[in-house]
Amino acid sequence: MVRLRFFARYAELLGREEAMLDVPLPATVADVVRRVRDEIPGGELLPERPMAALNFKHVRLDTAVGDGDEVAFLPPLAGG
Amino acid sequence: MPYVTTEPISPGALLALVAAPECGGTCLFLGTVRDGPNDGGVTGIEYTAYEAMVDAECERILAEARRQWPDVRVAVRHRLGLVPTEEASIGIAAAAPHRGEAFAACRFVIEAVKERLPVWKKELRADGSALWVDPQGRPAVVGPE
Repeated sequence: MVRLRFFARYAELLGREEAMLDVPLPATVADVVRRVRDEIPGGELLPERPMAALNFKHVRLDTAVGDGDEVAFLPPLAGG
Repeated sequence: MPYVTTEPISPGALLALVAAPECGGTCLFLGTVRDGPNDGGVTGIEYTAYEAMVDAECERILAEARRQWPDVRVAVRHRLGLVPTEEASIGIAAAAPHRGEAFAACRFVIEAVKERLPVWKKELRADGSALWVDPQGRPAVVGPE
C-alpha cells in the first residue's frame, strides 16, 4: 500500500489531495502513475510522465517503490 | 528552523539569523509578487506547498551551499498563503567573510529553490480570474536526473 499525494492543479483535477493505493510489488513510480491514471477518477487528466517525489525527495519514474511509501505527483514547480 | 511562514517575511529577522562577527559581506534577496505591464493585473498570488518536502528539500539545498561555501551562513524563508502584490514571497540571506561568496551562495539558493522546491502559485487577477502559473513553461514530462 502506498500513500498518494496530489497538489495544486493536480489536486483540483482529481478533487482530492491524497489517496491510498494497493500496488503489487515490485513496482516503480511509473507503475503507480499508470495505476492512478487507470483507476482513480480523474486520473486520466494527469500527465503520463509527471514530476514525482518519493518520500519527500525528487525521483525518476523508474525508481522502485515499497510498502508504506509516499508518492507525490508534482505539477510544474513555481516556488520563489 | 521553519522554512515556510504565512506571515510577512522580515528581512531583519533573516539578517539576524546569518549575522556573525567573521562575516564582512551579507547578501539579501527578496522575491516579490509582481504586477508588470504584461502581467494582466495581478493583485496577489496564492502560494501552496508540499510542506514536509519543502523542509527536506531546503535542508538539502542549504547543505549543498555549505559544502560549496563552507564559510557562508544562509537562511531562507518562503511565504505561503495569499501574498499581495509588492510583498515578498521569499527571502534569502547569505553572509560570508567576503562579498563574493555571499552573492554566490545567495544566487545558488534562489536558483535551487526555483528548480526544486515543491511550491505552487495561483495568480489572482483584478478581473476576478485565477491562474496556476508555470514560470519555466516546461512540459510536465520533465523529471529530476
